[in-house]
Amino acid sequence: MKSILFSFMMLGALVTSAQSDKYVTAMKKNLDLFDSAKTVAEFQTVANSFERIGDAEKAQWLPYYYAGLALSTTGWMDPKTDFDANSTRINTLCDKAEALDKNSEIYVLRNMSATQQMLVDPQTRYMTYGVKAKNDLEVAIRLNPDNPRIYYLQGESLINTPAAFGGGKDKAKPLFEKAIALFKTDKPKPLWPNWGLQQSESELAKCQ
Amino acid sequence: MVWFRSSHSAVKRLFLLGAGLFGLLTGIWAQTQISGKIKDTKGHPVPGASITVKNSFDGATSDSSGNYNFSSSDTGLQTLTVSSVGYRPVEVTLQIIGKAIRMDLQLKEEPNELKAVTISAGSFAAGDRTRGAVMSSLDIATTAGSNADITAALKTLPGAQQVGEQEGLFVRGGTGQETKQFIDGGLVNNPYYTSVPDISTRGRFSPFLFKGTVFSTGGYSALYGQALSSVVLLESIDLPERSEIDASISPIIVGAGTQQLAKNKKYSWGMSYSYVNVAVYFGLVSQKPDYFKLPAFHNADANFRIKTKGGMIKYYSTFAYNELGLRTADIDSAYLKNAFSVANHNWYNNLSWRENLSNGWKMMLGAGFSTNLDNIQQTTQNTYNQPHVFPDSIYWMKSKSFNLNNKQNLAQGKAVFEKRISGLSAFRFGGEYWYSYNPLTYNDTLRSLTDHLTSFFAETDIYITNDLAAKLGVRYEYSTLLSQSDIAPRISLAYKTGKDAQVSAAYGIFYEKPDNQQMFFSPGLKMTQATHYILNYQKMSKDRIFRIEAYYKLYSNLVKTVPISYNYFGYNNAGSGYADGIEFFFRDKKTFKDFDYWISYTYLNTKRDFMNYPTKLTPDFAATNTASLVMKRFITNWKAGFNLTYTFATGRPYYNFMVDNTGKYYTAAEGYTKDYQNLSFSCEYVPSLGKIKPKTFVVLFASMSNVLGYNPIYGYHYSYDGNIKQPITPPASRFYFVGCFLSWGVDRTQDAINNNL
Repeated sequence: MKSILFSFMMLGALVTSAQSDKYVTAMKKNLDLFDSAKTVAEFQTVANSFERIGDAEKAQWLPYYYAGLALSTTGWMDPKTDFDANSTRINTLCDKAEALDKNSEIYVLRNMSATQQMLVDPQTRYMTYGVKAKNDLEVAIRLNPDNPRIYYLQGESLINTPAAFGGGKDKAKPLFEKAIALFKTDKPKPLWPNWGLQQSESELAKCQ
Repeated sequence: MVWFRSSHSAVKRLFLLGAGLFGLLTGIWAQTQISGKIKDTKGHPVPGASITVKNSFDGATSDSSGNYNFSSSDTGLQTLTVSSVGYRPVEVTLQIIGKAIRMDLQLKEEPNELKAVTISAGSFAAGDRTRGAVMSSLDIATTAGSNADITAALKTLPGAQQVGEQEGLFVRGGTGQETKQFIDGGLVNNPYYTSVPDISTRGRFSPFLFKGTVFSTGGYSALYGQALSSVVLLESIDLPERSEIDASISPIIVGAGTQQLAKNKKYSWGMSYSYVNVAVYFGLVSQKPDYFKLPAFHNADANFRIKTKGGMIKYYSTFAYNELGLRTADIDSAYLKNAFSVANHNWYNNLSWRENLSNGWKMMLGAGFSTNLDNIQQTTQNTYNQPHVFPDSIYWMKSKSFNLNNKQNLAQGKAVFEKRISGLSAFRFGGEYWYSYNPLTYNDTLRSLTDHLTSFFAETDIYITNDLAAKLGVRYEYSTLLSQSDIAPRISLAYKTGKDAQVSAAYGIFYEKPDNQQMFFSPGLKMTQATHYILNYQKMSKDRIFRIEAYYKLYSNLVKTVPISYNYFGYNNAGSGYADGIEFFFRDKKTFKDFDYWISYTYLNTKRDFMNYPTKLTPDFAATNTASLVMKRFITNWKAGFNLTYTFATGRPYYNFMVDNTGKYYTAAEGYTKDYQNLSFSCEYVPSLGKIKPKTFVVLFASMSNVLGYNPIYGYHYSYDGNIKQPITPPASRFYFVGCFLSWGVDRTQDAINNNL
């Protein structure tokens, strides 16, 4: 009797830990797919998979974040993207993520989404989306000033702004250096984002 | 483990049961193949759609052929959801029992306001967030030759004639009276400063007051009426982005104003004042007329805007006073002059409230009041500038000395209700009421006109698909002054022929009361009428716009002048006419780096029998061919922009009509003026560009019209006996303007950041 009860209890324990293992396994599998994805279609597939995980789990912000990050990547890859529609989708995913955990990584993602919308028509849109993008990074700093990705994106914004408008390589360089220094000491929690070191290093090389 | 020591068969059964349960729970043994194809309503595959078993990790993304394929470990009754950007999501229930499932699904397009076809026949939109806009609000200010006058900027678009000696928009063979301007739906009774003979006056409103402009060249909506040819629909700005104080300085105009935005961004108020005095400018740039009273203008305005739960209340009021006096040589004599002076008071008020109600209803209410008082005096003077009085027998000279006191009052109210039907389709209806009172005193004789004009209208937007839209409307008007009612249908259609391209067509009947001047003398007049037929093809991508439009207008009941005796005439509605032509517009911002240009071409073929025309003739404000080339180049490193506008029009006809001894008009002389050409230049320097939070925003602006020094002739005046012919020319060869605009704002970015934390 006791042995049968015990076996069912063990089964129960196996089942629940298997479910959170299921989440971790699914996340790891899709993170691998993210890293190896090369085409827009592959990133869209990965984004959809992450969104599925988020909708099923309901209490995890990371799947929504990675879904948004994958969609943002398709934007950087394909200049023909419908940026307004894509960013609307990314912002909805950010809202779902933020409802579960308000943190600086989500605001870093919001910044990239706003930047992509601004780049559609910089002359007309820099006062609306450009200002929003800048504000998103300011909020991210207040949520976690040691997030290296913030400074990488600030550097990106400066290096792509003409010198006449207050940008340029000289202004961007110290930000990339700060980002790289923070990457070296950054210890992200399991499954949390850790991207950006390679990009910062190659951008710094452009500034020398 | 203690339980392995029990009997083998019992344990085996238990283990198998456990494993079976385990298998059921983790699905290692039960995997069901689910596959299919996702298509849209036209049968085309939808790639990138997300297919998911609800509340599970299982799903797939459709490939480039719309095919998907995945295995699910769930069992029993499950919901399969399919979603894709731009389509309505679809859900189906499945029974997953281990057997492979084939599920093909069709997605319906989501009605998308940004992607849906817009009816472009007969209208040009200008604005920053307006769909299908051909110009932005900054374009109106930076187009060379416009000098920040909305009408002047619209004249670079097809449809408008280059009439330089009179204010107004002369559209497709229609007079300036046939175009009316509306702000937030309410009629602007006096959109231009008071008319001065042979000099075109400016519009009263600054383009910076408006976020959107629609210039309709025909076939406009049932929500508007009383304009035979065209309407200009101006939409005022909502809440400003930030509080600011601004000032403008130039040799001609100085002004200052402020906009204050509440901290909670729920309301704003503002006011401004400007003063125009040309003394310095006329001292530097000589003008042909002899000004005995230099033009001076005072303008003051105030506004407030309140954001409501689902909309906004806006109020705008502007008061203007202007005066001028000039002398020109009298055409009928060798040494006499005509001294013309005008003093004008104008007060315009507009209150509007738009609100989104519940259940998909929208409401727009508007009320307005304006009063305009013109004190005009003309005196025939001798060489010593003393009045020269003529006896009654020389009536044609006596009539040139007069006193005119003309007051135009208009009070109006308008209500429009709109309900969203399925998708983007909508139904709207409403009414408007115009009360106008116009007392006019001419040489001690007072005449007055009072009219109550009531209108009702209904219109429906039908979106059959995202690609096919129709707008059907009807308008009813009743005027107490004319004791006449009319019913006017308005129909337009648009069909998307390809990516960014569409064909549209419009048809409508339009009615307009005769001018007040005519109504004073012939109270039995009826409304004039025009029927429009328009066909348009347009291809509009982000950086390029191409438009071609053909139109046919049929006029009837136009007002004709009937000579009664000597200097007296009456009017009737026996006139008629037609106008047809083709127009072409092309704008390109992409081909050349930082270079933006557009080309307009209008071909106009029109004849009308109206006023004192003896028969159907091409009217003297119509040029057969008109073309404009507008160029803008912005040099980012210099933060400066340079603009050039070249306009060309073939000659306009001119006539001298005289009355023969049977009391009928005949053409005593006619001809064509020389071609018209104008090259205008302007430049702006914006040093604060690129700074996201500039403390002071500065714009330096300079412009010059008629760079090439061309001498246009707009027409000819004839002497009373028909022997002397005087060309109508502009008061000065060139117009120069230099000015500086400054704006100081309060930075609210910190508030925006704090709100997000």
